[in-house]
Order: sequence, then structure tokens, then C-alpha cells
Amino acid sequence: MRAMELAEWCSSSRVIIVAGKGGVGKTTTAAALAVAAARAGRRALLIELDGKSGLGSMFGVDTTGGEVEAYPGVRVLPLAPDEALIEYLEGHGLRRMSKRLVGSGVLDIVATAVPGMKEILVLGKVKALQRAGAADVIVVDGPAAGHAVTFLLSPKGLLDAVRVGPVLTQAVEVSEMLADPDRAQVVLVTLPEETPVNETVETAEALVDRIGLTLGPLVVNGLYPDRALERLTTPEAVRAVAERAGVDGPVPDGEAEQLARAARFLVRRRALQEEQLGRLAERLDLPRVALPFLFSSDLGPGELEVLADALTAGVGALPVGA
Amino acid sequence: MNPKAAPSGGDSPGGEGPLGRLAAERPIIVCCGSGGVGKTTTAAVLALAGARSGRDAVVVTIDPARRLANALGLDALSDTAHEIDRERWDPAGVAPAGGRLSALMLDTKSTFDHLVLKYSADPAQGARILENRFYRNISGFLSGTQEYMAMEKLHELHEEGGYELIVIDTPPTRNALDFLDAPARLTRLLDNKLFRLVMAPTRASFRMANLALQAFFRTVSKVIGTEVVEDLVLFFQAFEGMEDGFRERAQRVLALLNDPGTTFVLVTAPARDAVSEAGYFAGRLSGAGLGISGLVVNRIHPEFGVDRPVRRAAPNGDPEAVRQLEALYENLDDFAALSERERRHLEGLEASVGRVPVVRVPLLEVEVCDIESLTEVGRYLLAAASDGRAGGR
Repeated sequence: MRAMELAEWCSSSRVIIVAGKGGVGKTTTAAALAVAAARAGRRALLIELDGKSGLGSMFGVDTTGGEVEAYPGVRVLPLAPDEALIEYLEGHGLRRMSKRLVGSGVLDIVATAVPGMKEILVLGKVKALQRAGAADVIVVDGPAAGHAVTFLLSPKGLLDAVRVGPVLTQAVEVSEMLADPDRAQVVLVTLPEETPVNETVETAEALVDRIGLTLGPLVVNGLYPDRALERLTTPEAVRAVAERAGVDGPVPDGEAEQLARAARFLVRRRALQEEQLGRLAERLDLPRVALPFLFSSDLGPGELEVLADALTAGVGALPVGA
Repeated sequence: MNPKAAPSGGDSPGGEGPLGRLAAERPIIVCCGSGGVGKTTTAAVLALAGARSGRDAVVVTIDPARRLANALGLDALSDTAHEIDRERWDPAGVAPAGGRLSALMLDTKSTFDHLVLKYSADPAQGARILENRFYRNISGFLSGTQEYMAMEKLHELHEEGGYELIVIDTPPTRNALDFLDAPARLTRLLDNKLFRLVMAPTRASFRMANLALQAFFRTVSKVIGTEVVEDLVLFFQAFEGMEDGFRERAQRVLALLNDPGTTFVLVTAPARDAVSEAGYFAGRLSGAGLGISGLVVNRIHPEFGVDRPVRRAAPNGDPEAVRQLEALYENLDDFAALSERERRHLEGLEASVGRVPVVRVPLLEVEVCDIESLTEVGRYLLAAASDGRAGGR
């Protein structure tokens, strides 16, 4: 039943753009979402906007050579503006020009002079994939939060600057896609910490007010587990619980101290996180999905599956229509 | 935060460690690293340490967290530095008299405007550029402009500000080291063939120009419309005669970055992504012949002990107590595994960065949002290098 809901969300070739401040786990969330969709039986296309996001190393595949299957049901597609332009020009019968236009650096000048040009080329490609039904869900590992606004504003900026020609058409079509929640949504990722929370609230407002985008559930990453250790933060309490548990002999002082300090650290960090979750709830009216803090090891396919399941459960627990 | 844990305002002003020495001695410190690793905080702490050691210090920040900006008295983007009241950064009144602390939150657009006005031949040319639609878009949004203007601001403060210490935070873009290329960026643009064609003063030169270049024009027009191309031409023409000034300026900024007094501090966190980005930055910096004087590792999880205790079976006790005991050990194990992972990442990084002092700052239990918490971070940041390696460039 729960898996059904994520599967429904990740369907009809919908584009889900994942955005968040640097270091909050944006790429991880994008990858986990694609894996969750795949585990729910959907074909996911994961779009990497620049080659350094680390998606390849997460899945243990090389994305430098182009589209690659990264996980059963998940393909990763790196997208660069230059290639998107060449492809676009070729599609418009301008093949001969396209290579020279890019190779000579003219694209750089045009992109410099026409802000949003590079972005529109990339978004145009995403739109083409969406229309073609390239996958059940197209997950875009988007730019960092502040840049996400610029990135997604690009079609509007271009509508101001460019009044004719195929780029205008492209900008109009991308704007239409972004305004339609059935075709595109943005998932914001944040950490339960002050600065990321502030920035997320600002980004959310900008995306909704200025671009008219629909926001999917908010993903809060890196939540420490609740181990109910609030009363076990002193060595005395630790020794007492060990005794009640029937441990043979007293717990050595050093050990009780270590256990108590680790418990205290967790309890305090959790309290800080709770405080930030409270601020987030107060300031942003969006359904939330929590992802656990991973202690054990670096992200690989196994960890992505853990996060994918957390996403599936989280999305499944949301009210219908959220 | 616990006020008792923090030293008083004037305690060990420069600190004894390698970064404390940088803050007390160097004229320019550039903090670089990926987003979310505490770069702005590091820059602010270094400038604070410089002021407390009696220097006239300024910190240039890019998009600081709001509470930190407020603490530094930065209420808006600004083109000029703002001096912070002495009582705020030296509450105990113990810093040497020469110490001053100023802060500036980079305003990319007005810095660019300033530069244009400075190099335009006359006010009319300057006004023409500032009014150009493309210019307005470029100066606000173009990726790379922020990096360029950060370096421009550094140069301006160095030449005109009279500061003894300038600490500059770099933009948290993915290519956070684009600022190295930034000064060359506009020069490259101005050197471009298309640009020169557009700048050709007469129709005769147009005819003499390569036909293929004219074809470019037609292609570009087809894709984005003639109107845009015309605006583009006007934009380039507006810059006429300014290339040399810009080029010379770019050269001077690069020279300043290469000056022996300028030093780079690499900031990272012990997570795989941050560490691999830091390794990449280190490579870029050394590839550009720029030395790193310190590696700051922020947000390190605490270690609770050297030996991991062995769990003992407790089959017969109170089930709730057994569960709690299990949770206690699991928790300790998890943090121990985390520390081990962080250590592994840092060993790899330290190997790739080479012989530079490494300073470790633990994950604090407070949000860094005021002078007191900056002081608290400074206790770690300015302390002796944690691995005892001496160094610097």
C-alpha cells in the first residue's frame, strides 16, 4: 500500500528536481529517490547536471562516458549544456553550425550575454525527455539551493530577453512544464540545522512565488535515531541499568563514562535537531519525510537502499494528495 | 553555549597555532572549500583573531548565515566595509589599540558597476554599459561573476583599504575555485574573435572579416533572434576601449593571488564528498602554483574512548534494562564507527594535500551565530596543529 504511493508519485514520466544547499545530501536524496522508484517497479532516469556530483561513485559506476545503468531500473544520464545545444541545433537542421558554434566559444559569449541560456538548454533537454516518456520518473540532481532559483527562473528570464526564435519556444515550453505539477515538481532537501533551514524556507518561497512551481514533500536528512537514552547520560545511570539487566560484575568506570558521554552527545544533538524541526514546521507548510543519519559507512548501493526504503515509508505515510 | 568554556575576549589573541600565526602575520588569507563546511565561519574567526592581535582586519564574506551576518553588523549586501564596534569583538577591552575589525558582505553587482565606471573613458560610456540589458543580467546572475568580483574586491581592499589583514571567503559554487580563472574570464571574452568582429569600426572590416564568422551571426540570430544579437553587439560596443584596462586589472589580481604574502586556507568537513572536493581544490591550488598554509577540518564527531568496550551478555535481567543497555552499546559503537570513518577520510586527504598543518574543529553543540560562538570555534581553530606537524609555505 505504502510502496504504491511512492510508485504513484514516481510515474507518468514526471520530472522531480531535487534541490538543496551544498552538503545537505541533495545528490544522495536524488539517488535514493531513483532507487526507491526502481524498487517500486518504476523505471527511473537520474540526471546529473555536472560531472562532479558524485553520483557515479555512489553507485560504483562511471558516468563520464554518458548514460549508464547504475542500479537495476535506474539509469544515470549526465547532461552538459554544450551537448544539449549541439543536440538541439542538430534537431533543428543546424547540424553544420552546431559544432562550430560550441567549439569556437561562441556559446560562451551567447550564454554570457543571454542569462539562462545554458540552463534553458539543459531544461529543454529534460523537457524533451519528459515528453518522450524516457522513464516513469525523471529525477534531476539539481543545483545548490540558491542556484536552483536562478536555474529554474531561467525560462522566465529568457522570455524577457528573447522574443523570437526556437529558444523562445523552448523557454515557453519549459515554463509550461515547470508550472504543471503532473509534469514537474521540486523536492527540497535540508538538514535539521539553523542555516540550511533558513535557506530552505527562502528557496521554497522563491520557487513557489516567483516560478509557480509545485513543491513535493520536504526531505529532512541526517536525523539521529531516537534511542531513548535521555535518562542514561551519567556513568551512575549506566551502571545502574547494567546491574538491572543482570550484567555479571560492575561496568568499569572508563566504560560507563564512554557509554554515558556517547549517550549525552546523542541526546543533545537530537534536541538541537528537534528544535530546528520545530522551526521548519513553523515556517514551511510542507509535508516532511525524514531520512536517518547513517553512521556505518559511506554511501553505496546498500545505503541507498536503506534511504530509499525510508523515503518510500515516509512518502507512504503522508496524507493522500500531499 | 557555555560561557565558561570560552576564553575571555582578549585571551590568546592570535593563538599559538599555525592559523593564529597566519592571522597575526599575513596580509591576505583566502578561505576555500565546498559549500556547507564552515568556510564563512573560518574566515570570520581568522579576521577576529587578527583584530585581537592588534591588526586592522577586514573579512569579506559571501552569503553568510543570517545570524552570523547580524552578529557582524552586516544587515545588507554592501560595497564598502563596515567597522564593527570594538565592544562587540573585544568585550574585555584587552586587544591592542591598533586592532580593528571590519566586515563586508560582497555585493557582486555594485562591485561590477564600480569597476565599469572606473575603466570607462567617460561617464557617458559608463552609463551606457550600466543601462545595457545584458550587462544588467550579467552583473547580477552570470555564474563566475561572483568569483570574479570577490577577487576584484580583494584587490580593491588591498590597494585602497589600508588594511593589515584581509580575510576573504570564496563563493560556495560547485567550481569553488573558479575565482582562480575569474580574472582571466573577461579578458578571454574580450579577446574572442566574435567580439573583435563586432567591435570592428567600419563596414569595410566587416567585409574583410571571415565569412564563416558572419555565418555565425546568422546562426546565432536564427536561434535566439536578431534583436538579441543587436543587443549583444551594442553591449560589446559599449565596452570599446576598455579592454586594456580590464586586462591589466586582471593581471594585477592574478599577481596579488600569487604574492608571497597571500595565503590559502582549505576548509573541509570529514565527509566523503567534502573530502574529495577538498582534494580537488588542493590540486587546483598547487597546479596554479599557490600554496596552502593550513587545512581546517570542521564538524568532526567526538571520540568517546580509544578502546571499544566488548558487550557482555546479560540474558537474565530486567528486559527493559537489557534493551536500554543494548541501546547504550549500540550508540557507542555507532559513534566509534563514525569516528573511524572520519579518520580514514582525513588520512587520505592529508596525504593528498601534502605537508600542511591540519587543524581540527569538533562538531559544536551550538550554532555559530555570534562573536561568543566565533570565539569558541577560535579555541580550536587557532590552537596548535592537531597532528603536531609544523609547516606552512
